[in-house]
Amino acid sequence: MSDLILAPFQYEFMQRAFIASLVVGTLCSTIGTYVVLRKLAFIGDGIAHASFAGIVIAYLRGLDYYIGAACVAVVTALGIGYVNRRGKVSLDTAIGVLFTGAFALGVFLMSRLPTYNVDLQGFLFGNILAVSRQDLVVTLVLAAIVTVILVLLYRPLLYTSFDPVVAQASGIRVAFVDYMLLVLLALTIVISLEAVGIVLVAALLVTPAATAFQFTRRFTPMLLLSGAIGAFCALAGLYASYYLHAASGATIVLLVTVLFFVGLVVGRRAPRAV
Amino acid sequence: MSEAVRIRDLTVRYDRVVALDRLDLTLESGTAVGIVGPNGSGKSTLLKTVAGLIAPAGGTVEVFGRAPRTLPPGTIAYVPQVEDVDWSFPANVYDVVAMGRFPRLNPLAPFSKHDRAVVDGALAALRLGDLRDRHISQLSGGQQQRTFVARAIAQEPRLLLLDEPTTGVDAATEEALRELVRGLVSQGLPVLMTTHDLDRAEDWFDRLMVVDRRVLAQGDPDTVLASGAYTGIREHSHVHGHARSDEPPVPRP
Repeated sequence: MSDLILAPFQYEFMQRAFIASLVVGTLCSTIGTYVVLRKLAFIGDGIAHASFAGIVIAYLRGLDYYIGAACVAVVTALGIGYVNRRGKVSLDTAIGVLFTGAFALGVFLMSRLPTYNVDLQGFLFGNILAVSRQDLVVTLVLAAIVTVILVLLYRPLLYTSFDPVVAQASGIRVAFVDYMLLVLLALTIVISLEAVGIVLVAALLVTPAATAFQFTRRFTPMLLLSGAIGAFCALAGLYASYYLHAASGATIVLLVTVLFFVGLVVGRRAPRAV
Repeated sequence: MSEAVRIRDLTVRYDRVVALDRLDLTLESGTAVGIVGPNGSGKSTLLKTVAGLIAPAGGTVEVFGRAPRTLPPGTIAYVPQVEDVDWSFPANVYDVVAMGRFPRLNPLAPFSKHDRAVVDGALAALRLGDLRDRHISQLSGGQQQRTFVARAIAQEPRLLLLDEPTTGVDAATEEALRELVRGLVSQGLPVLMTTHDLDRAEDWFDRLMVVDRRVLAQGDPDTVLASGAYTGIREHSHVHGHARSDEPPVPRP
């Protein structure tokens, strides 16, 4: 049994993959609690797709893909927030307009490349086994920054998620808190791209939190349980993909999805569906 | 008595519709002022403007000498007429009341014994002790209202704004709420409150203000109740019943 557990760790790339998946799984599902409670599920998908343009631009310029993806993801996230606040369109419309535009830019730029490029395609579905030592360092540093800010904003995020109007009247800067959440979300998505890819990252943001919601009626337990589900599924999914010779990102997301349906059946404590 | 709220020549518009028209109001510390008027008269708009949720189209609003949005966190506590929250949100009564402490706490400050004591006191004052562990989706309308008033009390504000807090609550709760508000006022807290219930105005308020986009009458409750403005409002109120406000909702801040 111990051989089965330890076997993947004989490879250095697997060690990096386990660390990266643990960080990504935990962070996505933790910040995903706010995504679910604020009904922003579409926004994670949107920012992830928009970041594709940044990846292609970084590739064309010979830059690290993290820089390109982070820049476009953050700008798109802030743009979505701004259009929603200042414009006359709803949030889902703002997301729909901005992320499809940015994603189209990425596809347009990629289509003009002289040769078909497999590396860029890899970002669509993720390849956690390809995480380099440098990628891991960037992931850990960005994850630490996001975590610290999430801790500092814990109370304002909670209050504004529940009752933004009264929170604003009490003196909490709701606009600042909202924009910070969007930036943190964008950075989290960028960290996750190599692990699960653009197409599947939204599942890690939404499904663990939606699963946790089936089991608890209080915020902090939901936050912690969501993080634990994300961490467990990331590790267990990676193990499963190793032995099943399957795509790691897809295996992780499938496991999370199965747990969600288990939660729907077993969980009895949720007051109403999110 | 020091001046808590000073409003001069206040005009508020929703697009082209004038909600408040050159309104003046002064609220001193240790005073409760009641705002009465028909539906759509601008009562809720007035509270939202004092809370800094709506920007005036003209005139000035000062709370303790400053624009509402420049005040330190925790200064104003506002209980809206309709709580537009997600009732499936993972929070029980204690969690919601505890949120009242959040504006006053530094990011890394722990939720101290004092904070817990203030929250417990607010729960007790609103007779919510037995409901503290109940999920918010399982509360009646009156219990929800008491929970949000308790959250405002737990904030220990310097100004309390209540938008029809007695709507939908039973007589015992209304009396408990009245005693609570009068107790806070006697300790020096200024309170601005809208209401449809004119029958016990003299028990609630030090001054009464009749508003229909403009100030129609104001003064001590007995004087205002005896005025023609009161009669007009009362007839209007009876025609329209105690319907909720037809004013536009506040957009997400």
